[in-house]
Amino acid sequence: MNKRGTQTGPREVEIVINVLCFAHMKDIFGGEKLTINSGGIATVEDVLEYLKATYDADISGIMTAVNEEFAEESTPVGQGDTVALIPPVSGG
Amino acid sequence: MKKRFFVTSEPLSVEELAAEVTRPEAGAVVQFIGTVREFTQGRRTVYLEYEAYHSMAEKQLEAIGREVKERWPDAESAVGHRTGELKISDAAVVIAVSTPHRKDAYEANEYIIERIKQIVPIWKKEHWEDGEQWVGDQLEQTRYPDGAPGGGNSD
Repeated sequence: MNKRGTQTGPREVEIVINVLCFAHMKDIFGGEKLTINSGGIATVEDVLEYLKATYDADISGIMTAVNEEFAEESTPVGQGDTVALIPPVSGG
Repeated sequence: MKKRFFVTSEPLSVEELAAEVTRPEAGAVVQFIGTVREFTQGRRTVYLEYEAYHSMAEKQLEAIGREVKERWPDAESAVGHRTGELKISDAAVVIAVSTPHRKDAYEANEYIIERIKQIVPIWKKEHWEDGEQWVGDQLEQTRYPDGAPGGGNSD
């Protein structure tokens, strides 16, 4: 993970986040992979809020993973991280 | 080295997975084969489509393997899960467990499939004669309305 900006107002630093969409998330977002290039993103919750606002998407109840590990809304995300949107799984 | 916990688009070999865990110390090899069922709640499935977050799914299967080792130190396990389009009766998942005595092998095997349905990022989509839908949870009881909230791709 890269260091975040150290000047005042680090939340304004633009970072790139990769978002992976699976199952019906692909239908919601129109593809398997999104790239977010935005300021004001520091946690998974920020990513979800950004997606809800930008795509007017209902993504309540889904889990997330950051860099292939299950995450909480409070999990930090930074430059170049990959956030996966994980609907309830149905393997087996 | 061949992976013991893997996701693949190729057909699964029951024999190969059994061979992965067969060893002199084992007195039992229990295998579970999850197959594509034709009728679910009265509705006829034409085929199933499985999708995985491949890299994370394999990590999660390996994590389940470690959980098995903690609970049944004498157990060896191997799991293969298929992706892509599967026909009726195709094997979607094959789990092999060996232990010195059979009881542990049965228990550990069931443990693995239950955990797969909880923590492994794999999804299945039902394709019926008149529609399709991603299955919404591991209990196979609820589905997303219209396949995609706000989208609607069934029918």
